[in-house]
Amino acid sequence: MALAEVKQSATQARLMALTLPESGCLKAARQAALSRVQTMGLPSRRDEYWKYTKPDTLVQAEAPKAAVFHAEEDPMFNAFERLNIVFVDGVFDAEASDDLDLEGLTIDRIEDICCKDIHWAKDLYGVLEARGQTPVERPLAALNTAFATDGVAIRVTGKVSKPINFTYVHSDENSDAILHHVIRVESGAEVTVLENGPAASRFNKCMEIDIADGGKLHLVRAQGRDHERRAATHLFARLGKESVFKSFTLTVNGVLTRNEAVIELTGDDAVAHIAGACVGDGDFHHDDTVFITHDAVNCESRQVFKKVLRNGATGVFQGKILVKEGAQKTDGYQISQSLLLDEDSQFLAKPELEIYADDVACSHGSTSGAIDEEGLFYLRSRGVDKADATDLMTLAFLAEAVDEIEDPEIAADIVSRLEGWLARRR
Amino acid sequence: MLEIKNLHVKLEDEEKQILKGVDLKVEAGKVHAIMGPNGSGKSTLSYVLSGRDGYEVTEGSAELEGEDILELEPEERAAAGMFLAFQYPVEIPGVGNMTFLRTAVNAQRKARGEEELSASDFLKEVRAKAKTLKIDAEMLKRPVNVGFSGGEKKRNEILQMAMLEPKLCILDETDSGLDVDAMKLVADGVNALRDEGRGFLVITHYQRLLDHIKPDVVHILANGRIVKTGGPELALEVENNGYAGILAEEA
Repeated sequence: MALAEVKQSATQARLMALTLPESGCLKAARQAALSRVQTMGLPSRRDEYWKYTKPDTLVQAEAPKAAVFHAEEDPMFNAFERLNIVFVDGVFDAEASDDLDLEGLTIDRIEDICCKDIHWAKDLYGVLEARGQTPVERPLAALNTAFATDGVAIRVTGKVSKPINFTYVHSDENSDAILHHVIRVESGAEVTVLENGPAASRFNKCMEIDIADGGKLHLVRAQGRDHERRAATHLFARLGKESVFKSFTLTVNGVLTRNEAVIELTGDDAVAHIAGACVGDGDFHHDDTVFITHDAVNCESRQVFKKVLRNGATGVFQGKILVKEGAQKTDGYQISQSLLLDEDSQFLAKPELEIYADDVACSHGSTSGAIDEEGLFYLRSRGVDKADATDLMTLAFLAEAVDEIEDPEIAADIVSRLEGWLARRR
Repeated sequence: MLEIKNLHVKLEDEEKQILKGVDLKVEAGKVHAIMGPNGSGKSTLSYVLSGRDGYEVTEGSAELEGEDILELEPEERAAAGMFLAFQYPVEIPGVGNMTFLRTAVNAQRKARGEEELSASDFLKEVRAKAKTLKIDAEMLKRPVNVGFSGGEKKRNEILQMAMLEPKLCILDETDSGLDVDAMKLVADGVNALRDEGRGFLVITHYQRLLDHIKPDVVHILANGRIVKTGGPELALEVENNGYAGILAEEA
């Protein structure tokens, strides 16, 4: 069989296992997304964009089984004042969720977009995803738009007093969830969004975020601690003038994670920071794929990704900054680093810059290395034992990424959990 | 306090003998200075005593209060009361100086079976000690040694020493990279720690540090051996005649 045919048949096999949801006014968007999938075909390992990450298990018809991890600790972010929205294996759980009513925003399920005639959501659903298909194809995101079974539409109109928290519970070891959220931050509005949990054995999540002039959105997510789960997530963000988008993702465990972020700076003076910290041990493959487009003047973008890998874990980073013609005074920064705790682990990085404006400052760097022996000895010579010193150095390595979290309490919560997890893994 | 007998040390990866039979005894309450030309083995001695990788002891022993320390891990030596003030203090980005100090103090207390210091007691103590060394709150907050000037790094070493209250302090060329004022500050910090129960081993090229930290005994280390031992006047002799004169005399 020719390559194209193999891809075609894999795509068909996946599509056969899915049904397009009944969705009235979103039907056109879903149909269009489906035809994008059919045209592109689902990813195969021959695709350049999937060179370092095997998409097979993300694409195959059935989700591979994944044991549910029972943590003995309180779920992340539980201690914070927040509005909690719970999904169990990708299905909204009204009982477990808080009342979806909070000053400064409206929250609706995507299945209600049509009956409630929510124009803005209808006009956003699938739009940023479709824009994000060029210049690089993201078929799993189009698949999501077509087949998402649940998700919410959030419109932020004011400065919201507490974070919106998504709790993604994984309870069935054969679950296969497809969630799609759309968020619109109106001019001058501000919100913090938290996400926590593995969501399902296999999770395909798409989040489209449209931030109007002067709007701000902070996103902090933690992808749970389940070892066997798989996830392909897409974050599409479009930023208006003087708007701010900051995101941080914490990943520990998970056999396969592909987190894609596609960010477009379309208004002048906008700021986008995207950061990630991951700690992988053993059967762990973690891929951060980021594409930032500067299409306005005097915008700032920052990518900070840190990966700690051991026992054969693999980390991947594909990060690109595209500066379009006319996007003068762009300030772009990108750093991806791995700390390899043994010789079996690997980090594959592909940093890219593509610049068509002549008055920009862009820098990128990528490093891979072992723990600093000098530092380790220094700590030990002060009485800190080797394991504690190694953890301290590991946390120090991750600090630059964790520092990207705006809220110091959230950052402190993440650091203290990391401390505990590192200590328990010895 | 510290007793070194016939210590022979070679590099682990090379057939290069660095220490060729060092005998040295540092009593509690005394300050011993080790002087010597470049390459004589001064820093190696400090590293071997503190347990750095890369060296192999081929013969001899080193005991701290009767306990063989050469078999211990670096952290165990620290808990036993050994402290090395580094010639080049290491920068550790991402680890706050205060966190580092507290982790170290509590690790040692724990290893010795003592209770950990509470956050407020620790803070009180560190602030008081930092003040005498002119270390401000900002320096305590910054990552360990990152962006510190040469003088700040050395003061930070002495602060750690003051917090950890070791039995034996080894100062490895603590004067290097310091101007006169900084040297005085550091020396004052060290002198404040002089105590009947504590021994000091001060390694230096130059006599000038010994003007501030007055030694009881001065040793000259050359070519891996202690070739001459004397009182403070020996340091002056080095200053006046150089090592060549003394070495020629001993040959």
